[in-house]
Amino acid sequence: MNETPKKEDVEYWRWQEYHRVFSEKKWKKKDILTAGIDVGSVGSKAAIMIDGEVYSWGVMRTGSNSPDSAKKVLDWAMEKTGLRLDDFKYIVGTGYGRVNVPMAKKAITEIACHAKGANYIWGPSVRTVLDVGGQDIKAIRCDETGRVTAFLMNDKCAAGTGRGMEVFADLLKIPIEKIGEVSLKVEEEPPPVSCTCVAFAKTEAMGLLRKGWSKEKVLAAYTHAMAIRMGNLIKRVGLKREFVITGGQSKNIGIVTRIEKQLGVQCLPMPDWRKNGLDAMIAGAIGAALFGKALYEKEQKS
Amino acid sequence: MITCGIDLGTQSVKAVIFKDGEIISRGKASSGFEPAKAAEQAAGEALKEAKLSLSDVNHITATGSAMDMAPNSNSTVSMMGADAKAGVYLFPNARTIIDVGAEEARAVKCDDNGIMIDFVVNERCAAGAGAFIEAMARALEVKLEDMGPLSLEAERANSINASCVIFGESDVVSLIHRQESKPEIARAIFEAMADRVSSMVHRLGINPDVVLVGGVAKDVGFVTSLKRKLGVDVLIPEYPEYAGALGAALVAVNRVKKV
Repeated sequence: MNETPKKEDVEYWRWQEYHRVFSEKKWKKKDILTAGIDVGSVGSKAAIMIDGEVYSWGVMRTGSNSPDSAKKVLDWAMEKTGLRLDDFKYIVGTGYGRVNVPMAKKAITEIACHAKGANYIWGPSVRTVLDVGGQDIKAIRCDETGRVTAFLMNDKCAAGTGRGMEVFADLLKIPIEKIGEVSLKVEEEPPPVSCTCVAFAKTEAMGLLRKGWSKEKVLAAYTHAMAIRMGNLIKRVGLKREFVITGGQSKNIGIVTRIEKQLGVQCLPMPDWRKNGLDAMIAGAIGAALFGKALYEKEQKS
Repeated sequence: MITCGIDLGTQSVKAVIFKDGEIISRGKASSGFEPAKAAEQAAGEALKEAKLSLSDVNHITATGSAMDMAPNSNSTVSMMGADAKAGVYLFPNARTIIDVGAEEARAVKCDDNGIMIDFVVNERCAAGAGAFIEAMARALEVKLEDMGPLSLEAERANSINASCVIFGESDVVSLIHRQESKPEIARAIFEAMADRVSSMVHRLGINPDVVLVGGVAKDVGFVTSLKRKLGVDVLIPEYPEYAGALGAALVAVNRVKKV
């Protein structure tokens, strides 16, 4: 018997996995082909570059095993490119699972990679990068070359991280890719929730819904609280323009808008992969591939 | 003289009836979304057991996170104040009272009269409170009450992230994937939780005797890990979850005397 999925079975937390090739670009054997693999706690990203220019990438969910996820996501980025593993001159691993990327020659911290990748995506004017990943939030300061000058990180609490947002999307039964938009559908911004603990969010949200709050209002109050946490982290590291957001939460317009409001500064416009652009989620993988190119060139010189 | 203490906790409401220096009855109800109703129920149960009616009670003192919602109460006392009073009443040499409830953990330093001197509290974060064990038990697919005994079967401990329930859950899932045994994972959960609570107590300073109260004190797994982490003996009363209500009932006695 064929069963149609029940409504409760919808996975609201699930975000789109995809891969993209700039097929107008062509690679040759003698090009410096490098790859960066960013195995995050929630998402795995791989970017392939020809002579330091993005050629293709893949974005997918991290599985329970880091080496597997690294392999799968690189395979995906390589799909329809005709590339083989031994065509790469250098592969760099980064992210939470970076030490478990078997094909990588070197592992580099995601902080360095995100700054480098942001420099590539938005250009040399970037000085502050907020990276909101699945399991941590980092505020990074960098110079015009994308070199890290200071950073602060919160990896002790799920509030505001992608993982926390997934739990919330499930709780309110709103698809994760819509939560930003939905959180902005309030006439007046409600005060932020007092308790940001994701584990208590269920009780707190239920209480607010019972008080007659709409889903939108509950989500707005929660997103507001998360944005304050992120904004404070940026203030502590010191905000300097230009300011950009990387990682999965860069796609949450509710978070982005509220951080901009709190800090009184606009972040540089997000690239849109659906419109032939790059993706702020792959900044770390791009940075890793760029480091790969630099490392390869250094090897050749010596 | 008859007094009543009501502790309106986040998960359950507890009531204690105190008469002429002794506890004569207890009552309990699940908090749900209407703590006032739960308070009435818990107090009603305790009164029924004591064969008393509300009008027999000289003074009612409420405590707990929802203390302001208590119906018929004459006064309130902070959770820390109630912990200190109850701790010293139960164990006269108690000077450090640790209270681990469903959503909050506290440590209180007090004098020989049960007057609070200092305290630390872990609030608004589920790690370090009973909710942590509950969430981990769900991830491990083990009944909450089985967690403690199960953890005692472990020969060694794994380590998991204790700073956040959400991250702790992911760690438990990866330990399951690695096919670690359930007792060992259960022990890792208690060690992580005890780590957090003990570091909180260390901030306050450990003054013996140390008393542990709150619902989580009934969990043998947590108690074992906490003793190991603190390196001192920990005294536990017979009804640890009623300590807050008892403390409130004791405060009520003082308030009647003052009038």
